[in-house]
Amino acid sequence: MSGAVDMRPSNEPTPPNEPKPSTEPKPAPNQAENSDQVKHNVLRRFLRHKLAVTGFVLLALLVLLAVFAPYVAPHDPNFVDPVSMDDSPSRLHPFGLDTVGRDVLSRVIVASRISLSVGVVAVGIYVIIGSVLGSLAGYFGGVLDVLLTRVCDTVLSFPQIVLIIVIVGVIGPSIWNIMVVLGLLGWPQIFRIVRGQFLSLREQDFVQAGRAMGARDGRLIFRHVLPNSMGPILVAATFGTASAILTEAALSYLGLGVQPPQASWGNLLIQAQSITVIEQQPWLWVPPGMLIFVSVLAINFVGDGLRDALDPRLKL
Amino acid sequence: MLKYLLKRVLIALPVILGVTIIMYTMISLMPGDIVDLMVEPNLSQQAKDQRRHELGLDRPVPIQYARWLGRSVQGDLGYSFVNSQPVSKRIGQRVGPTLLLSLTALGIAYLVAIPVGVVSATKQYSVWDYGSSVLALVGVSIPGFFLGIGLIYIFALKLHVLPVSGMRSLGVETTVDLIRHLVMPAVVLSVGTMGAVTRYTRSSMLDVVRQDYIRTARAKGVKERGVVYKHALRNALLPVITLLGLQLPNLLAGAIITESVFNWPGMGRLVIEAISNRDYPVLMGTSLLTAVMVVAGGLLTDVLYSAADPRIRFS
Repeated sequence: MSGAVDMRPSNEPTPPNEPKPSTEPKPAPNQAENSDQVKHNVLRRFLRHKLAVTGFVLLALLVLLAVFAPYVAPHDPNFVDPVSMDDSPSRLHPFGLDTVGRDVLSRVIVASRISLSVGVVAVGIYVIIGSVLGSLAGYFGGVLDVLLTRVCDTVLSFPQIVLIIVIVGVIGPSIWNIMVVLGLLGWPQIFRIVRGQFLSLREQDFVQAGRAMGARDGRLIFRHVLPNSMGPILVAATFGTASAILTEAALSYLGLGVQPPQASWGNLLIQAQSITVIEQQPWLWVPPGMLIFVSVLAINFVGDGLRDALDPRLKL
Repeated sequence: MLKYLLKRVLIALPVILGVTIIMYTMISLMPGDIVDLMVEPNLSQQAKDQRRHELGLDRPVPIQYARWLGRSVQGDLGYSFVNSQPVSKRIGQRVGPTLLLSLTALGIAYLVAIPVGVVSATKQYSVWDYGSSVLALVGVSIPGFFLGIGLIYIFALKLHVLPVSGMRSLGVETTVDLIRHLVMPAVVLSVGTMGAVTRYTRSSMLDVVRQDYIRTARAKGVKERGVVYKHALRNALLPVITLLGLQLPNLLAGAIITESVFNWPGMGRLVIEAISNRDYPVLMGTSLLTAVMVVAGGLLTDVLYSAADPRIRFS
């Protein structure tokens, strides 16, 4: 999120403490500096958080792995070698071959693309929905607010995975459907954050000033109030990505997510539903399981660091 | 108080209604004709229509829903499509195991998380604090099914100290046997909650120790142990109670996966079975029960909260 370019200086996470000379039409140089200062402090606090930096580096490596997956994978992930199926790890196949004779290492590498992108796309969808609905509810209030809050409570009060499983049962399991369903059901938490921000900010002086200057609702919402919620939204989105990856993995493990032969970390673990595989071929289920764990952990570390860096007082 | 409770129940009703409407709509949109799945495929069209009529499936969806709702409030959840057992009976067999599993997991989570959270907070920035924060994040990050498979591998298949799956050994009816089966799934289910509660306890504790009354306690010479465990902890635990209600949907969701990994005969597996068999009545019954449980959990949390904190008066 870049700061607002024209008219007003950007309102980065910390709400302005001192009243601004709000009649000033152009960003005063010292305020631009302040904004830079805020960003600098956020960055410094993030970098001081060792876990967050570790998480970030791990995550960067995983993203690189995902982006360059086809070049990194030593074999064709879908090539079936019927002769050597179930082979244990060897120099040629470091993680062995699966039950139909595909190279496990290659499948795990290619799966990283699917698993990571499901998380990012799903969260992208619900951040947009949650922000828009939360802004509308918090800014306009009234019946709309009551109605949206009620819907939000309904969605939150039910174990989502049941709903997701049923919806996937209706529209059929596939990677796109998982993304969309997770995206459509995840908005309430963002909604609550954004709505709360609007409730506490909409009567603040800088919003009143904007209104007095004749700014329309849309401008007040998207230029003046919403940017103040960017910090909490970013933190929630980071944690949300981690949990979306976990949900996709669980669904795929149950056979209700990404469908084979397309590989995702979750559906690679389907093979581990057999006790024989668990006992005799740990190389089939340990690598994908570890990758889910490590990537989710890395994202949670980053989220933790972001939260501390953006607002040290914020809890949970 | 009573008035408040009544009001809360009245607010909760539309939520439950909303959940069942969403579920009913989704279920009725599921592809595949249930009658085709139920009866032999070479049955005549007429016999199929007859069957569909008996099940009420030839009516419009809103009417079907209204009829389902009407019967449900009278306690009749219909009959399973799969084996014609009453839905209430099928669910009844499964509620016990799921409650046993979830409550044990909840107990383990809180028993571990609260002490760890307290120690983290009282020794802020120590190795302890750092370590437990990392572990808490590990707890919320590890996929339950992966942890479950890992535990099965180590404790059941390699060390042979615990049974692989299920709830009871064949023909054994002892409590010890039940506990041996319960250990792994309960631990797996508890890990996520444990992480969340640890972090919550820690931050709540950190908030409380900065309060004036803690300084007062120290000033009048209360020993450090007394300050922490009597004055601070009791106040710090108040918000942790709230988390109890919030964790309930998570636990029930986690149970679906944990039960699948460990073949635990609970509601979670019933849901999965019902979906793959297109067993709508069972699916609706479990959804309704889940929604009621979640709402009741929230209500119970509020009551507990007001009992624990006399400052809170509902009106």
